[in-house]
Amino acid sequence: MFRLFSILVVAIFSNPLSWTITKAYAAKNKIILTGSSTVAPLVSEIAKRFEIQHPGIRVDVQSGGSSRGIADAKQGLSDIGMISRELKNEEKELFAFTIAKDGICIIVHKNNPVSTLTDPQIIDIYTGKISNWKQVGGKDAPITVVSKAEGRSTLELFLNHFKLKTTEIKSQVIIGDNPQGIKTVAGNPNSIGYVSIGSAEYDFENGVPIKLLPVSGIIANRKNVKNGSFPLSRPLNLVTKIKPTGLIKEFINFSSSKDVNDIIKEQYFVPVAE
Amino acid sequence: MTKSSCRKERLVTSLIWLCVLLISAVFFWIFGEILWNGGSKLTFDFLTLAPKQAGRGGGIGPILISTLWIVGVAMAVSIPLGVGAAILLSEFKSSENIFILLIRRSLDVLAGVPSIVFGLFGNAFFCKTLGLGFSILSGGLTLACMVLPILIRSTEEGFRSVPEDYHLSAAALGLSRISTLWNLLLPAAVPGLIVGIVLGVGRAMAETAALIFTSGYVDRMPTSFLDSGRSLSIHIFDLSMNVSGGDPNAYRSAFVLMLILVLINALASFTANYFFKRRIITV
Amino acid sequence: MILLKNNTLFLWPSDRILVWVLRFCAVIAAMIVFLILLFLLNESIPVLKHVGMSRFFFDSTWSPTEGLYNLLPMLWGTLFAMVGSVLIATPLGIISALFCHFYAPKPIAHIYRQIIQLLAGIPSVVYGFWGLVVLIPLIGQIQPPGPSLLAGILILTIMILPTLALSADASLANVPSSYLKGSAALGLSRWATIRGVVLPAAKSGLFTGVILEIGRAIGETMAILMVCGNVVQTPKNIFEPMRTLTANIALEMAYALGDHRSALFVSGLILMLVITGLVICAEILSRKIIYD
Repeated sequence: MFRLFSILVVAIFSNPLSWTITKAYAAKNKIILTGSSTVAPLVSEIAKRFEIQHPGIRVDVQSGGSSRGIADAKQGLSDIGMISRELKNEEKELFAFTIAKDGICIIVHKNNPVSTLTDPQIIDIYTGKISNWKQVGGKDAPITVVSKAEGRSTLELFLNHFKLKTTEIKSQVIIGDNPQGIKTVAGNPNSIGYVSIGSAEYDFENGVPIKLLPVSGIIANRKNVKNGSFPLSRPLNLVTKIKPTGLIKEFINFSSSKDVNDIIKEQYFVPVAE
Repeated sequence: MTKSSCRKERLVTSLIWLCVLLISAVFFWIFGEILWNGGSKLTFDFLTLAPKQAGRGGGIGPILISTLWIVGVAMAVSIPLGVGAAILLSEFKSSENIFILLIRRSLDVLAGVPSIVFGLFGNAFFCKTLGLGFSILSGGLTLACMVLPILIRSTEEGFRSVPEDYHLSAAALGLSRISTLWNLLLPAAVPGLIVGIVLGVGRAMAETAALIFTSGYVDRMPTSFLDSGRSLSIHIFDLSMNVSGGDPNAYRSAFVLMLILVLINALASFTANYFFKRRIITV
Repeated sequence: MILLKNNTLFLWPSDRILVWVLRFCAVIAAMIVFLILLFLLNESIPVLKHVGMSRFFFDSTWSPTEGLYNLLPMLWGTLFAMVGSVLIATPLGIISALFCHFYAPKPIAHIYRQIIQLLAGIPSVVYGFWGLVVLIPLIGQIQPPGPSLLAGILILTIMILPTLALSADASLANVPSSYLKGSAALGLSRWATIRGVVLPAAKSGLFTGVILEIGRAIGETMAILMVCGNVVQTPKNIFEPMRTLTANIALEMAYALGDHRSALFVSGLILMLVITGLVICAEILSRKIIYD
């Protein structure tokens, strides 16, 4: 039934076009990347530069999340997957190439008098044991805890660092992507959240009313992510199913080379190539 | 008219004006925000240049083209299909034909399918099963599925408004079905069709979740319907939710999106008027 | 009813083709929903097989990475947000349409229609963003934390209003002018005409609008995701944050793998079942209201 219907639809809408697609797919001058929405804007920019250097080559970057990056690369739907975390144990058969690094920092509203929180305090806030800023030296106001949705790599990193479980977290707001978190915190003076350092630094420098708190006493900035002293950091990876060769290898090498450091910095991530 | 009914009349009138003012106020609030943050800094270059730095700089040239292509495909597929289905449906009452009832109810269910489910379905069906890949065509077809129920429902209402006498007279005159349809029914159904198109285009232009998995994320100028192309709404979503510092350009893009919508709506009423003038009888 | 009936007058072959073309269009349109259902089933079968349907309603909470799959709070969230917004938007939408036809001077009605049409085309991200920076801080001042069921209901109301307003507008336009003339001849006041003549005559069109509106309210994703807080819990009052089924899919799909991913498709499937249920209810209701 499914197939019959497919054939019908194809026959009606795309008969002349469907021939072009088979040709387009056969062509070897196209690289398809899919995956993490954190990595996609960065790789899009890298791809543009790669296209200029290699006329006739097309690099298509598709967003949709780390899990899609993994799944598509495994199924061969894409040439390269993009993920914003390390490979998990069950994914070790894939090949991963780090192109940049990113950290996660705790943010509060600019007008919040609290300027440091110890690890146990953060744990207590996120598990609901501390529910008023008064208890950590701030104003008398209830804390709005902002956390991330299940499965997000920032959440996993946060949980690992503070040795928490998803079910233990008691939050008032759950968000998806980083800018949403920053907007939520900037709009609510009593909230606390954790987001990517790159995004937070960018917005902080552009006058968004937020404040970056140090984690375990280490100041949250990209320098400390780069030298490895900041405890909450994650790699941004390109993954492939088989050992990359030819054009794909060339693209991965290009993406992890010094030539793209300026693009990585422009996107407020931390380059790894020296 | 008695005094009390006069007072009641006045009360209802003021209540209605109040509601309308409230709705307009909310609209101007939202629109004002977009205009203030987006319209004031809009330049012509912004409309033609390609995006730079993940959209923080540059313009939206290629994205505009992709958007128009996607919505164009969606409408080109859904309008004929929708009008056809609407004619058939308007000829029967649900209560008398199980086949029609089934079609109508499945369209009602379709109207409530979340856009992200459309996205995942489009990805599995158009991109993979039909092998169209991430393309403007896949995106347009997915959107076509999405706007179909809206289009059919509004058009059907239009066809229903034609009094039965007309059908009878047409039959008595020995008009063929096609000419009955073309000269009598279609012009009468035009107001409903316009509403359907306006709602459909609005929905298609505003759609994000269904497109990110089908038409894709590539912000290059498309050269064929099989190229992946980022739509304006995805661009706005990406800039405001995924790219730090993308807000100014997100506002600008939203403003452009609304301008296009005004243009398309005007075009829809203009074409509809053409049909309207062609009708034989006035309702 | 006459157009497609078989009779001896219609002998042109093109007419017979026309009927088949129309049937074909309708069948294609109806097939889509079955295709989607098939697709959802296909994707959710793995988790249904080894977890079972009942766990989706009786687990302690929703935490798929730890193997807990309770969807019930989100189902309530979806229903509350839908009912709340439909209750507010329906009268407002009908009033909008009445305003255009009976109260506003022509130019104002024209402008007002344009406004409603534009409202229909604002991307949900923009609504969500507006809710995030304007609405939530306002609600937060009344009763923290701000992101709440109330915010969701208000945003949804604005979003579904145009759908109803425009289709109600079209169905009011279809009320035969002879009805209005008749009521004027009887000396009925404007409001009495509307209540006694116009609304009953436009009933079926208004009903259609409400159904479309409900569909939109249930299916809306992005704006809801930005303003509702997305905490998995059954909201006890309108100031508490909650998560809808659609937001659940959109939030977690990007990073979900294996069973988690399948479980999200189950949320999609349940959503479809809810909608089907509502449509059946509406059908039963409409038989009572319209066709009797």
